[in-house]
Amino acid sequence: MAEAVAAGSPRSPSSHAATYRRLVGARVRSQWQYRTSFVLHVAGQFVAGFFDFVAIAVIFDRVHALDGWQVEEVLFLYGTSQLAFGIGDVFVSPVERAADHVRLGTFDQLLVRPLGPLFQLVTGEFELRRVGRLVQGLVVFVAAVVALPVEWTAGRVVMTAATVAGGVVIFSSAWVLTSSIAFWAVATQELANSVTYGGGFLTQYPVDIFGAAIRRLLLVVPMAFVSYVPATWVLGRDDVYGLPSWCAFASPAVALAFALVARFVWRSGIRHYRSTGS
Amino acid sequence: MSVAWHVARRSCAQWSTYRAATFAGAFTNTVFGFLRVHVLLAALDARPGLAGFDARDAATFAFVTQGLLAVVFEQGYGELAPRIRTGDVVTDLYRPVDLQLWYLASDLGRASFAVVFRGLPPTIVGALAFGITVPDDPLTWCAFAVSVVLAITISFGVRFLAALSGFWLLDVRGVQQLALMLTFLLAGMIVPLTFFPSALADVARALPFAGIVQLPMEIFLGHHPGLADLAAILGRQAAWALVMLVVSRWVAHRAMRKVVVQGG
Repeated sequence: MAEAVAAGSPRSPSSHAATYRRLVGARVRSQWQYRTSFVLHVAGQFVAGFFDFVAIAVIFDRVHALDGWQVEEVLFLYGTSQLAFGIGDVFVSPVERAADHVRLGTFDQLLVRPLGPLFQLVTGEFELRRVGRLVQGLVVFVAAVVALPVEWTAGRVVMTAATVAGGVVIFSSAWVLTSSIAFWAVATQELANSVTYGGGFLTQYPVDIFGAAIRRLLLVVPMAFVSYVPATWVLGRDDVYGLPSWCAFASPAVALAFALVARFVWRSGIRHYRSTGS
Repeated sequence: MSVAWHVARRSCAQWSTYRAATFAGAFTNTVFGFLRVHVLLAALDARPGLAGFDARDAATFAFVTQGLLAVVFEQGYGELAPRIRTGDVVTDLYRPVDLQLWYLASDLGRASFAVVFRGLPPTIVGALAFGITVPDDPLTWCAFAVSVVLAITISFGVRFLAALSGFWLLDVRGVQQLALMLTFLLAGMIVPLTFFPSALADVARALPFAGIVQLPMEIFLGHHPGLADLAAILGRQAAWALVMLVVSRWVAHRAMRKVVVQGG
């Protein structure tokens, strides 16, 4: 019995991984068919991220520091945030398409299949082109790590890795959380962008530059923990909040808590879902 | 011409039915206004008087461009490209109306709805939260209105060209995204062109994209007082609008000769 579970039950983790590989593999093969279009699309994603970087480069061409943050330090924020955003964008952002499925009435199909709807969305709507943005984030991240005048002790390396991992979870949760809006209100997908893309944009900069109200908001919608709070520890800076020093290590816990909230809202949304019936 | 007027009116009416989406879009544009204004203010704080901007100009730039965004660009990538891919474009070609005129009229109709319901909300919120500079004479307002219409036309030319590439490439979302991102940067949508290093700024100003955001904003901010200056800016935009229309028309003409209608 135990063997049967390990080998073939649709619920076992290994079979989920195999299903994931097969479904995503099929998507990748189909997207690879229009080759020119695919290459241009990856380039488009790369450039989309790159232009946020250009904005920072243009500003630092004119100023020496933003609220006391040097260019390498801001690029470290940018790199960690965009790497995390890029990974979340590739693997979890396809959940956004839930809105289209609800509107078209095809969400019913996801509910009757023997896999979770979230799993079906992140595989069935997988877009390999999003790798372009991820690569761009990775390039800046590596450049910032090399350029920073800090000694890369084991502690800093582990902390940086944990920051990126926490950031991935926070962005991914933001996608799931905001995509759940579709179960209550149609055609409001743009609202989600203010949290997801807004978060992707603002975490490139030190929280210091924002006004007091936005700063407080960033502790609740925990974008401050994507890059800024843990980075203050890596860079040996004070954070603008005056948080106790252990908070710098709190990103993974905050990310986990945010993920639980997202999971709760997503599940409530599915319970609340009523088919358009068409 | 009356057909174009009707197409524009219907397009405006069509967009007016997307109420939830309009609200959501205006909300998100406004949120980005708040984020972008702080980036500009931090830069000005580090270097007062950068590019001749004060804090009020920065707020004006951040929020008014967030309003313009939905006017001079459209939500998504438009109807034409998917119609080329699926072959539905044939229906457009059957019509006794010019393809370019049809889509331009439709885009102007869309923009006229967006001016009020997407343009005003970020502007008003920005004015209340930060205070913005608003032109105080009718001449500047008139020039700004003309400038925005020309901006939509230039932007339409870029988007129409990107969509037309579908006659050769079929799936053009990549081209469209690349074109849009390049336009954003060179139009001054991400940071004002006047913040760029001067050599780059000069190049960017000489290109058509500057006419989509940067030049209308300069008029709005009152950087070009006097009839002669305003006329020069509008003339430059008009010239680029004409060039974009002629070029995209020629490309559309070439594309028509390439169309193969699969029967069925």
